[in-house]
Amino acid sequence: MLGRLSWAAIPFNEPLPLLSGAVVGIVILAVLVAVTVKGWWPYLWREWLTSVDHKRIGVMYVTLGLVMLLRGFSDAIMMRTQQAIAIGSAQGYLPPEHYNQVFSAHGTIMIFFVAMPLVIGLMNFVVPLQLGVRDVAFPVLNSVSLWLTATGALLINLSLVIGNFARTGWMGYPPLSELAFSPDVGVDYYLWSLQISGIGTLLTGINFVTTILKLRAPGMTYFRMPVFCWTALAANLLIIAAFPILTATFVMLLLDRHLGMHFFTNDAGGNQMMYVNLFWAWGHPEVYILILPAFGIFSEVVATFSGKALFSYRSMVWATLAICILSFMVWLHHFFTMGAGANVNAFFGIMSAIIAVPTGVKVFNWLFTMFRGRIVFRTPMLFAVGFIVTFVIGGLTGVLLAVPPVDFVVHNSAFLVAHFHNVIIGGVIFGVLAGINYWFPKAFGFTLDERFGHASFWCWLIGFYLAFMPLYALGLMGMTRRLQHIPEPSWRPLLLVAEAGAIVIFCGILCQVAQLYVSIRTREQRRDRTGDPWNGRTLEWSTSSPPPAYNFAILPTIETIDAFWHMKRAGLPPTAPAYEAIEMPRNSPAGFITAFFATVMGFSLIWQIWWLAILGFLAAAIVVLIAGWGIEREHEISAAEIAQRERAQ
Amino acid sequence: MRDAALPLVLAGAAVLGGCAKGVLDPQGPIASAERLLLINSTAIMLVVVIPVIVTTLVFAWWYRSSNTRANRDPDESYEGRLEFVIWSIPALTVILLGGVIWIGSHQLDPRAPIPRNTDPLRVDVVALDWKWLFIYPEQGIAAVNQLVIPAGTPVEFRLTSATVMNSFFVPQLGSQIYTMGGMTTHLNLLAEKPGEYPGFSANFSGDGFSEMRFVVKSVSAADFNRWLEQARASGSALDDAGYAELAKPSRAVPPTTFRSVEPKLFERIIDQTLAGPQRVGGATCCPPLRQAGG
Repeated sequence: MLGRLSWAAIPFNEPLPLLSGAVVGIVILAVLVAVTVKGWWPYLWREWLTSVDHKRIGVMYVTLGLVMLLRGFSDAIMMRTQQAIAIGSAQGYLPPEHYNQVFSAHGTIMIFFVAMPLVIGLMNFVVPLQLGVRDVAFPVLNSVSLWLTATGALLINLSLVIGNFARTGWMGYPPLSELAFSPDVGVDYYLWSLQISGIGTLLTGINFVTTILKLRAPGMTYFRMPVFCWTALAANLLIIAAFPILTATFVMLLLDRHLGMHFFTNDAGGNQMMYVNLFWAWGHPEVYILILPAFGIFSEVVATFSGKALFSYRSMVWATLAICILSFMVWLHHFFTMGAGANVNAFFGIMSAIIAVPTGVKVFNWLFTMFRGRIVFRTPMLFAVGFIVTFVIGGLTGVLLAVPPVDFVVHNSAFLVAHFHNVIIGGVIFGVLAGINYWFPKAFGFTLDERFGHASFWCWLIGFYLAFMPLYALGLMGMTRRLQHIPEPSWRPLLLVAEAGAIVIFCGILCQVAQLYVSIRTREQRRDRTGDPWNGRTLEWSTSSPPPAYNFAILPTIETIDAFWHMKRAGLPPTAPAYEAIEMPRNSPAGFITAFFATVMGFSLIWQIWWLAILGFLAAAIVVLIAGWGIEREHEISAAEIAQRERAQ
Repeated sequence: MRDAALPLVLAGAAVLGGCAKGVLDPQGPIASAERLLLINSTAIMLVVVIPVIVTTLVFAWWYRSSNTRANRDPDESYEGRLEFVIWSIPALTVILLGGVIWIGSHQLDPRAPIPRNTDPLRVDVVALDWKWLFIYPEQGIAAVNQLVIPAGTPVEFRLTSATVMNSFFVPQLGSQIYTMGGMTTHLNLLAEKPGEYPGFSANFSGDGFSEMRFVVKSVSAADFNRWLEQARASGSALDDAGYAELAKPSRAVPPTTFRSVEPKLFERIIDQTLAGPQRVGGATCCPPLRQAGG
């Protein structure tokens, strides 16, 4: 009846996961009680949970990402602490069975439920505004994407309390992830939560490519689109091309696990190398799905805060597209040590190094955008400068790893760990934090506190260098990754420095929490009444902060790049325009309800409660079909209503 | 500037720390060549990277809005010649590095034999849960978690795994390579001088992974022969039953030797004709494993 689920699944004998689960549970319960007591449910349901407004969905994605950042970061602190104390004869406080779950969960959560929601959230909020349109192409589908991603995040966190998570690393290489070596539910949690959220991500990709290709303000040709839209287009094309590979690979692994097939097993003709190839055929484009939008954010930020147009917009666009295509030709550099021939390794090494060319061009473009500009150091710009300095170091070590014989001695070492944190923290996370500080006033109508913003920047920057520069050194000293126990006592000082760095980063996170708190408390003083707090260049700054549900009362007509900048120069358009009624999509509970049933289905599949899995799937499918056949999907905002709201601005 | 200085300080620390048995303290030709490649490639890129970092910080400082002495030109945005330079600098760097990559990949191909006057020693490596089995097929002995080799003699490795994927790595001797079930990979290494060098698995393989370490003892030819005789005179024989016992999961296994090895054991492990390792007592929640037919 309940498949593999029984009371034994709750780790009563392990205090640590139970305690952390309990804390999370209490926090969630407290929030639910507070919402109920305050009577906020109708508001939350109406305005947020069922919203199909791309701005609200974007805010919810970013919130999900930030909450999961706390989870992923607590995993990081646990790992750093374990490695700092489990040296020589000491065994630390985490046994391998637990430590291995922690680093697997850390990687999975940080990539899929922190970096992805943050990047997708910012794209959701910004892209339609920058394109000068009123919503994405498929608003209800957008809501489905969000809630399916939340389903994945929820399932992963359930593994804290019910059963356990995978102990295979975030890549889940077989045969370790096969039933023979991982018989418990850990790998199933990993696979099913990523399968379900992966569908959400794929739908996002389809939605945004359609939006960018088909919905742009009148006159906005491709080469008048803001650079962030270009990078969003590239990232979403990569999602469409890459995520199906991951889904198919996981389906094969699931068939191995559930139906005894042999795609990747050691025996009966299975081939583990195929999984590794397929995983990275998705995995390398995934890197660029994350970093390209971050490049886009920096392009907007550097231009705005230098008071100059981006240097060589066209080469920025071509560099983005070049990276987009090249990212599919380099996957083998993740496993040069698998024993491929010299020609194969050399080819993939050179292709990987070639990516440094368009990336280098981008760095020079940002540099020359700052040249002779008037640079205002608000928080986003600090992150941009910190990013350039940090990212070129990560680029250098990345190209080192692309030289196969060098990779032979640093592959899988702490050096590699340092490299990808260098580009993901120094690139993606800095980019997202810059973006949040930059677009927050647009989303909520008031600016974020600068003092705490600056403090968080310095903590993140210094913390990053303290935490990861020692890992470069340790990698060269022969420390491999994923060690639950450190054999070499002489590594202790550097491991302590790394631990200190993680704590400094934690201070950065605390500063951000304080920044949010202080800013909300003092929001009346920091209201943005112009809609354009930074003297921006692109269309999102031409509407009010926060923008109305319909974004633009009258769709702007675009004649140049940096459209809003030129509109401001030419003098704003004449007053008292003729408003027309606007059709906007109605709210829909389809996304939330689908995700509810998808959660039931995912949980049942993990625990092999087959009847409930089938019911959950059928229910989710029926909800999607009903939503798809819905007739009254739009509501009209009358011209008078719009005129009234616009006058009130 | 503090941010630019920090990595340099730490790089210095790395060089000092490198004396302690790491990649920067090579003990053989392969590791030496790889360290040289590491240093050369870094140097080539630093030629570009250091000026970029310095320029970034200088531009950010000089063009700050409060600097009244800075020349500003907010409308200047594009110049073709500059654009050409911008694409050329990384392109030229990468062309140079591309050459380094091509030549390096071929010269340091793990399969390529190391040219020396002495005949190479053959060693077959099997990754087990969680220890390393070293079979000396020509000498007819085997060892667990210790690899004794004569200094100055090239060693030709064939590697496989009787369990999940692992990676065989001795940082001071050079290149690592994956070991995978049902497959053979090849590696050639050489230790120049007598000494002891740590080795380990560099690919996560489960709960005993951290302790999956071994030591490479590079000894003189005379000592090597003495060790062979000692090994032949003591220990047990590695027959099918002994191997089945050895293949069971175990952690932090002390170094041992076997006086003899069943012929073709390595090949049979690859063919998976021996009883495979059953790591888990997962009978409660999973169906019995099917073994490969034949």
